[in-house]
Amino acid sequence: MSGALQTLIDQPYKHGFVTDIETDTVPKGLNEDVIRLISRKKNEPDWLLEFRLSAYRHWLTMSEPEWPNVHYPAIDFQDISYYSAPKAKKKLASMDEVDPELKRTFEKLGVPLHEQAALAGVAVDVIFDSVSVTTTYKKKLADVGVIFCSFSEAVHEYPELVKKYLGTVVPPSDNFYAALNSAVFTDGSFCFIPKGVKCPMELSTYFRINTQESGQFERTLIVAEEGAQVSYLEGCTAPKFDTNQLHAAVVELVALDNADIKYSTVQNWYAGDENGVGGIYNFVTKRGLCQGVNSKISWTQVETGSAITWKYPSCVLLGDNSVGEFYSVALTNHKQQADTGTKMIHVGRNTRSTIISKGISAGESNNSYRGLVKIGPKAEGARNFSQCDSMLIGSRCGANTFPYIQVQNNSAKVEHEATTSKIGEDQLFYFASRGIDAEEAVSMIINGFVKDVFTQLPMEFAVEAGRLLGLKLEGSVG
Amino acid sequence: MTKPDSPVLLDVRGLHASVAGVPILKGIDFTVRAGEVHAIMGPNGSGKSTFSKVLAGHPAYEVSAGSATFQGGDLLALEAEERARAGFFLSFQYPIEVPGVANAQFLRLAYNTVQGARGKDELDPLEFDDFVREKMKLLEMDPAFLDRSVNAGFSGGEKKRNEILQMALLEPSLAFLDETDSGLDIDALRIVAHGVNQLRNDRNAVVLVTHYQRLLNYITPDFVHVMDGGRLVKTGGKELALELEARGYDWIQKQAA
Repeated sequence: MSGALQTLIDQPYKHGFVTDIETDTVPKGLNEDVIRLISRKKNEPDWLLEFRLSAYRHWLTMSEPEWPNVHYPAIDFQDISYYSAPKAKKKLASMDEVDPELKRTFEKLGVPLHEQAALAGVAVDVIFDSVSVTTTYKKKLADVGVIFCSFSEAVHEYPELVKKYLGTVVPPSDNFYAALNSAVFTDGSFCFIPKGVKCPMELSTYFRINTQESGQFERTLIVAEEGAQVSYLEGCTAPKFDTNQLHAAVVELVALDNADIKYSTVQNWYAGDENGVGGIYNFVTKRGLCQGVNSKISWTQVETGSAITWKYPSCVLLGDNSVGEFYSVALTNHKQQADTGTKMIHVGRNTRSTIISKGISAGESNNSYRGLVKIGPKAEGARNFSQCDSMLIGSRCGANTFPYIQVQNNSAKVEHEATTSKIGEDQLFYFASRGIDAEEAVSMIINGFVKDVFTQLPMEFAVEAGRLLGLKLEGSVG
Repeated sequence: MTKPDSPVLLDVRGLHASVAGVPILKGIDFTVRAGEVHAIMGPNGSGKSTFSKVLAGHPAYEVSAGSATFQGGDLLALEAEERARAGFFLSFQYPIEVPGVANAQFLRLAYNTVQGARGKDELDPLEFDDFVREKMKLLEMDPAFLDRSVNAGFSGGEKKRNEILQMALLEPSLAFLDETDSGLDIDALRIVAHGVNQLRNDRNAVVLVTHYQRLLNYITPDFVHVMDGGRLVKTGGKELALELEARGYDWIQKQAA
């Protein structure tokens, strides 16, 4: 092999998959045979194959949603390969082999060295002298009965639990992308916190991503039994590249009586170049069911990546006195498009929800908040408070707010507040006249703007996320 | 007191400036020496605020001719933030609100940036807190203003006090105070004027840009200039302000024409 080719293959992120693609990828296209093949390759039980097939049959009757405020060329769903065998990431021997550009980004973000290593694919034991963090971590969870493993593993190890909850929050027929995911999902995470257990640590997907990629159709299921508590972190601030353009994940959360689930996301997927070419389309269905009384589900998201984001982490507040929360920062730059928000469906009595959404648009991007607050006829005393703020940087970007409020019970209280502000010449001049340059001024204004959301993030995540916003806005002002 | 022997801080020669292609300043000559107080008065739209903004470096204004020398250097060659670091200060007529950013944080960043540029020590949050509280006493400001967002929800008078607080922190050698008296009641006016007087010394200078002479009862100017049609059309002592108050601007406009 020539030296130049070797160098190309060794690049960790952009082209970092070195297994021979032909042998373990199914041909492009989607039909029942492909689904049977996926299920067989994963050695799945019959009920799961049936779940997939029925989702697929439903998907055939559906059409792609056209209502989001985003624009992209039509996707040819027969031009996608729906299964690749899970591949080990290429391991690097030391940090010296990591792309210097990637290291520079890590340093700017303040990612701790051991995380940098793991994210860049450096073998963990090189850094930790044979002490495996992951093993220690798993043992600690097992001691209290918390299950945290890949979805495929859960299908084999805990089939009854998966069967009981899969599709109960997001039915396969829910929407076009959820149906597609239900038919072809490859892997994801499964998490189960038994009755009365307070998960002793924050569960981070970072501990799971070291060895394998989950693929473009990810499936996550988190169940918290009576009185259980868990905080779950998804994603990371480091830039994530993927050769697959379309991503359609499904995340389901179930909270039983008095359970509490906190789900935090920081997303920084490849957004394409400055013209938006090549970025990831992220069409995600995330929903939590507050099934039990006094249960609580809280979503916090910091969305900075992807060419297109279509995502509405929602809560169905079924149990009396249950609580739903949604805290979001969505930043778009260049030609990125985001249509994101939440749905709070109040079914039970005295259910409460809070929505805090902060949209930041820069460059020529377009950022929409879309949110539904629905109060059902039996939701006596339900309450909602929504705050949707938009910030524009420059004059070529756009921000929209689409609030939908449906109230069927007249004892309910629903409040909606919205503001739009702009970082413009006058604001920057004010800072400049006090000696502060534009970059620092924007960073300070933005950090002030997102403060209410960032305080919801686990602390070390919040610091990284703050730096991430600064990095994403580099060069957008001036 | 006029200071003919003290060093020149600012020397403006034949300054022309426009905004969006419309000429506003049409040839201004203006000299300020250390230790002096100047007042620039004039009717609405005469170019008073524009003059301050042009000197402070607002990007919307374009200088088409003339020069401005500040402490011996070319002021117009500097970016706005560099002018502030060099010791030029503008107190805004309409201070900008910055929701979500704590005043203390903003003031400390400004202070440390300017200190750093001048080769002086920066302060950590605790040291700065003591330091800024001391300065706030000068303006009889409630320390609660440190925790509020920058200017957000401040009354007109509170905003102006916050401007003078920034002047106290940044210790400029030349401060332009643009309509600092507008929006102030008589007590606030007295406090703000007292603060400005406390900050004066024989190494710095103050330029008051104002409609009314009432501020000049508290801060006594050495020179009063009248601006009209983008030029300084008349210069006198403090008695000129009283005459303007009594007679308005018409007679000067007629004289100038």
